[in-house]
Amino acid sequence: MWILLLVPFVGLLWVPFYNFQEPALFGFPFFYWYQLAWVPISSLLIWLVYRSRARDEAP
Amino acid sequence: MAEQIDWVALAIFLFFFVLVTVMGFLAARWRAGPVSAHLDEWGLGGRQFGTWITWFLVGGDFYTAYTVIAVPALVYAVGAYGFFALPYTIIVYPFVFAVMPLLWKTAHANGYVTAADVVLGAYQSRGLELAVAITGMVATMPYIALQLIGMGVTIKAMGLTGDLPIVAAFIILALYTYSSGLRAPALIAFVKDIMIYIVVLVAVVIVPMKLGGYGAVFSAANDAFAAKGGATGLILQPSQMLPYATLALGSALAAFMYPHTLTGIFASKSADTIRKNAILLPAYTLLLGLIALLGYMAYAAHIKVASNNDVVPELFKALFPSWFAGFAFSAIAIGALVPAAVMSIGAANLFTRNVWKSYVDPGISHAGEAAVAKIASLVVKLGALAFTLFLPVQYALDLQLLGGLWILQTFPALVFGLFTRWFRAEGLLIGWAAGILWGTWTAWSNGLKPLATIDLGGVSYVFYVGLGALILNVFVATVANVVVGWVLPERRGVIAPS
Repeated sequence: MWILLLVPFVGLLWVPFYNFQEPALFGFPFFYWYQLAWVPISSLLIWLVYRSRARDEAP
Repeated sequence: MAEQIDWVALAIFLFFFVLVTVMGFLAARWRAGPVSAHLDEWGLGGRQFGTWITWFLVGGDFYTAYTVIAVPALVYAVGAYGFFALPYTIIVYPFVFAVMPLLWKTAHANGYVTAADVVLGAYQSRGLELAVAITGMVATMPYIALQLIGMGVTIKAMGLTGDLPIVAAFIILALYTYSSGLRAPALIAFVKDIMIYIVVLVAVVIVPMKLGGYGAVFSAANDAFAAKGGATGLILQPSQMLPYATLALGSALAAFMYPHTLTGIFASKSADTIRKNAILLPAYTLLLGLIALLGYMAYAAHIKVASNNDVVPELFKALFPSWFAGFAFSAIAIGALVPAAVMSIGAANLFTRNVWKSYVDPGISHAGEAAVAKIASLVVKLGALAFTLFLPVQYALDLQLLGGLWILQTFPALVFGLFTRWFRAEGLLIGWAAGILWGTWTAWSNGLKPLATIDLGGVSYVFYVGLGALILNVFVATVANVVVGWVLPERRGVIAPS
């Protein structure tokens, strides 16, 4: 599951993947809504890893 | 810009400033502990902050007031390229999730207060400890100065001129940080962050409504960049892609090496607090992305500014009634107080633990540590104040840039030891020096630009100099490690991985 933590790095650091204006969403060019969309996606991925790992022994 | 004093805005600003000042002094009694008896109390708020307090505190000092001014200013000036702050503040969280709980556990188990404590504990090397401590202190100073500059921009927007208001604000900040320690910014962060959320949510809803929607905002910006030409635009030029990605990655790796962000980590109650925050803190990133768009809204609103840093204040003044503009300026100015306080505490902790205790008074008591740190925080803040008053603003910006690349060079010393004990102090120290020297020299010779160019097989690549310096740092550390291993096969004082 820890591999999920690397997904945002791939999605955001490979810039040619999203350096476009179209398709726009609610007036936002692709470049902007694509990156903004990674905020909740990254939170979700981290949460999935958090849930899957063994409970921490620390309080 | 108008130089008349806006009394409504100013009255609202003063109200909130007095409110947080009172809170700052009362904070000493909040979740009370013996603030002056132990550095854990003054410098880390008693190591007891749970998920929500940590969320407000780290959110408050990582997304600084200067960010609110500078990111839209950069987006206004160059367009898409200025947006690198967004991928940067997204990919930082998988890293925080994976690494910072380990760092917290080490610090918690051994009573460490600073990054340099962790490094000393791992490698038993005074040299490496001092390198990490000095890098942290030097990188933090211009960062505090930038917070003052951010505050100055909003104070100026209300029509107040001269240095007196900012000096007064900063002395008050220095006094309550002195008496309450980390509890003061932690408590004030609640007010600051809620205010910033209100301002930004109102701005991103109301402003596009007034300007004809986001489509109109983006197309106004597009027209302006088309007229302006050069390396600007709504998307990146092909030559900007590698700089964009490397700036994002390098900044993300550097972000939690700074004393102020690490102070937030060490002050939290548990490793799980940090993991939950890695999931919850991206809410601020969403906010930052929306703040960045204020730079485009300025085009749609036909704002003309003398300096790019005035984009946000001028936009608010043009589109909002003065009471709400005053509220927004208060949010930004108070937003400067939180990071400035945490930064000075982080730097003071480093000075106390890794300079004073290590070199001046090794037998210092816990109460003595707290006393030294309190004085050191005053000195740090006065230094930053003098910096902003007597030196050109550009020096603070340049030093902040260099500070980012310097602090990134402490990454191997601080992080590698959490996973492996293969590296030795000698190798890491040589790597650190190589990274700092090459990075500084390269940035300096490029006229203090954060980018370096390298030619490989006839193709030239442009990338963030800090990341290049980090790669060199790791490479040199690895080679030096092997060489030192031949010369001195015996390791001294290295403890087993925990």
